Amino acid sequence: MSKKVHVQTNINGEAVDFLCEPRNSLLEVLRDELDLTGAKEGCNNGNCGACNVVMDGRLVNSCCVLGVEADGCEITTIEGIGAAANLHPLQQKFLEHAALQCGICTPGFIVSAKALLDSNPNPSEDEVRYWLAGNLCRCTGYDKIVRAVLDARNGA
Amino acid sequence: MSQNGHKVIGTRPIRHDGVDKVTGRAIYGADIQLTGLLYGAIKRSPHPHARIKSIDTSRAEAHPGVRAVVTAHDLPQIADKLADLGEAIVNLRDASNNVLAYGKVLYKGHAVAGVAAVNLHVAQEAVELIDVEYEPLPHVTGVLEAMEDGAPILHEDMKTTSMGEETDKVSNIANHFQHKMGEPDDGFAEADVVVEREFTTQTVHQGYIETHNATALWNEEGQLTIWTSTQGAFSVRDQMSEILQMPISKVKIVPLEIGGGFGGKISVYLDPVAALLSKKTGHPVKMTMTRDEVFEGTGPTPGSYLKVKMGATNDGRLTAATAYMAYEAGAYPGSPVGAGAGCIFTPYDIPNVQIDGYDVCVNKPKTNAYRAPGATNAAFATETVVDEISEKLGVDPLEFRVKNGAKEGTRRADGPVHPVIGCIETTEAALNCEHYRSSLDKTANGKVRGRGVASGYWFNFNGGRSAISVSINPDGTINMLEGSTDIGGSRASIAMQLAETIGLEATDIKPYVVDTDSIGYTDVTGGSRTTFGTGYAAHATGQALIREMKERASKLWDVPADAIDFADGVFSYRDDAEKRGTFKELASQAGDAGGPVVAQVSTNPDGSGGGAFATHVVDVEVDRETGKVDILRYTAVQDAGTAIHPSYVEGQMQGGVVQGIGWGLNEEYIYNDAGSMTNASFLDYRMPTTLDLPMIETIIVEVPNESHPYGVRGVGEVPIVPPPAALANAIYDATGVRLRDLPMSPPRVQQALAENGG
Ligand code: FES
Ligand code: FES
Repeated sequence: MSKKVHVQTNINGEAVDFLCEPRNSLLEVLRDELDLTGAKEGCNNGNCGACNVVMDGRLVNSCCVLGVEADGCEITTIEGIGAAANLHPLQQKFLEHAALQCGICTPGFIVSAKALLDSNPNPSEDEVRYWLAGNLCRCTGYDKIVRAVLDARNGA
Repeated sequence: MSQNGHKVIGTRPIRHDGVDKVTGRAIYGADIQLTGLLYGAIKRSPHPHARIKSIDTSRAEAHPGVRAVVTAHDLPQIADKLADLGEAIVNLRDASNNVLAYGKVLYKGHAVAGVAAVNLHVAQEAVELIDVEYEPLPHVTGVLEAMEDGAPILHEDMKTTSMGEETDKVSNIANHFQHKMGEPDDGFAEADVVVEREFTTQTVHQGYIETHNATALWNEEGQLTIWTSTQGAFSVRDQMSEILQMPISKVKIVPLEIGGGFGGKISVYLDPVAALLSKKTGHPVKMTMTRDEVFEGTGPTPGSYLKVKMGATNDGRLTAATAYMAYEAGAYPGSPVGAGAGCIFTPYDIPNVQIDGYDVCVNKPKTNAYRAPGATNAAFATETVVDEISEKLGVDPLEFRVKNGAKEGTRRADGPVHPVIGCIETTEAALNCEHYRSSLDKTANGKVRGRGVASGYWFNFNGGRSAISVSINPDGTINMLEGSTDIGGSRASIAMQLAETIGLEATDIKPYVVDTDSIGYTDVTGGSRTTFGTGYAAHATGQALIREMKERASKLWDVPADAIDFADGVFSYRDDAEKRGTFKELASQAGDAGGPVVAQVSTNPDGSGGGAFATHVVDVEVDRETGKVDILRYTAVQDAGTAIHPSYVEGQMQGGVVQGIGWGLNEEYIYNDAGSMTNASFLDYRMPTTLDLPMIETIIVEVPNESHPYGVRGVGEVPIVPPPAALANAIYDATGVRLRDLPMSPPRVQQALAENGG
């Protein structure tokens, strides 16, 4: 086992320090060290988007980022996007449109869609489909997910 | 109020578990944390077929941080015994050998040992330190090759069963069966048009996004608890009890949220290994699979070879059909060829039919159920032949299907006679839908376009066993415990049926999926049974609560119980209009008249009534140069009996369609000559993304199921059945070339066009 490294971050608006081995991914740290299990592991190699978080304003696959790389970074996970009492409009629209079945992909989709709307508040359906192509959902066929995101646009 | 006088059924409430799932709070199998937790990993075979000469675990055991190593020698060796796991019958000896290989490995990825260590990385390091000596054996991965004389034999002691009798022949063919009705030869003699074609399909995976996981704790008293994601907690309990040879009372399964299953999360893989490791270490042990382990080590759905022949008269009547169906079982017998045979001609009324099915072992993972298992392979063949016959006869393919459609009283070749079904109604709805009536330009942007249709059938499995336990809170809300794991909104669809029965809102019911110690035996979430079977129990629970509330009202009002009526959510005494109250009003007082109000109900309905039918319409655009097929428009039509929560019915239809599109256009296990899958990742095993698809339009037909109090039919599985055939028919319409091998991926389409000058 290699020596652990001290990492200082800001996660969902709070200063968070953690220790991790250099080989630990950010996803492992979030899930196993920090109890932030909203990010899911679907592939561990950047192909499903279930682990997506926002790091310094950029959407990343947290399975492809090392924990040590997060030093000095600001991170937003699904847990920081909204809670029962103050759901983000995307979360509300996912519920209303029944845009989830098993729900394992849902945190990743909401994190990705929020990153899209933050940079482009009024995307077209094509833009939504292009942006979300890095997130796999095996249950819904995407129809209701795309509708929920379109319905959550500012301009909608 | 929705249609049919229902107040709750047919509405679209927000699901009860929704907020937890959109905020990331819901706890899935891999999310569980326990004190003292160890992490496990599996050593897997690099060979598709080999004898295990020795396993040396000493280097792994000596690795710092490793706490235990187990192999098949830690499992009790059990005798042959068949068990029904809900969607398939399995031999428990095979199930045990599949969990940890004993004597031989039968596919690349076959588990041979398990390790527990202080963290996952250390466990994975230790896996590399387990030394296994193999004697590689010749392998076979294709179904037809495996059936040949002289093929490498997977099971030296397996004799072919033919037409119900065990023969003396040792071969990879586990079973050959036949269904026959009428005289096919006579039927073909009557026909004016006869079409016979061969088809192949490749191994495909369910592709659930959550990988398999199991966390086990074997405590000092020998009590085993497993936290896992499963379609059937009780099925896991049965399997654990058999594979580990321990009393069922010593096993408790706690089902956590499940991230997709589609039939693939019924068999256990990790659970017994985690249990053995926990027993050895005294610690809880968590195991999760990587994605490549899911592809290579869990059950996909079979590749297959089919030959289908159908005949019709010039006036458009089907007279005969035969099918030869050979399905890969994978490493152990038990492909879904039987189910496929029950579906292959079922949307049609054909007087003369013969179906021969073959269940064949090959050096691939043991196949497992995948959404309408066996039916998609079958429909790909039948629906393409039907398209060709319609074309030869010069009739509209949907009108041909309506004319020959199965209806109440039509007999299936495998025996059963249809009760009330919505086959013809569904096809007619497709025939009349705006999409089918719209025109399609046959060329655009230098590409060619075409439209295809196909139908499909899936017999929802027997209603099955379900239990529900409820307690009424003084505010009139109800806690509802159930044993059906919720894989796509069934908490809502079941709670809605209870709410409907007792005149409450869906939100007044609080559904909980509980562990196997806390509720009666409940069959798997699978076979399209949950909203039907557990919904059936929910209705019965509502009836029991109404009876109980009448008793309570009778005490409170001091009137005879049989003079109390319940209608529109209100209890009332027939002879005094003052004595009345809603369920909620009574709930606040009922506890004073006999203690808390509770009810426990279990049901096992006699059959599930008529099955589910679907007809799909698709428009495609084909790039002749690259062979790429784009979907322009897709409409799925399906009989749901009664749609309890229409959004989730649509969702099942859309999800099934898209899995069928993936199967039709891209997905396949690609094997090299060494018997290795070469594309075991989500990058190379190409499932559809948002960018590959348009919106999926849905039309729900409702022909109520007589065998359910609210008319529910299972809806989950049949939507995967028509897409590959509908796509093949559309590609033909666009290019004039018929494709009969799946997947119709760009290289295959390109090659077919080149060979046929299309
Ligand atoms: S788990 Fe990170 S992309 Fe799939
Ligand atoms: S809802 Fe199950 S994977 Fe998307």
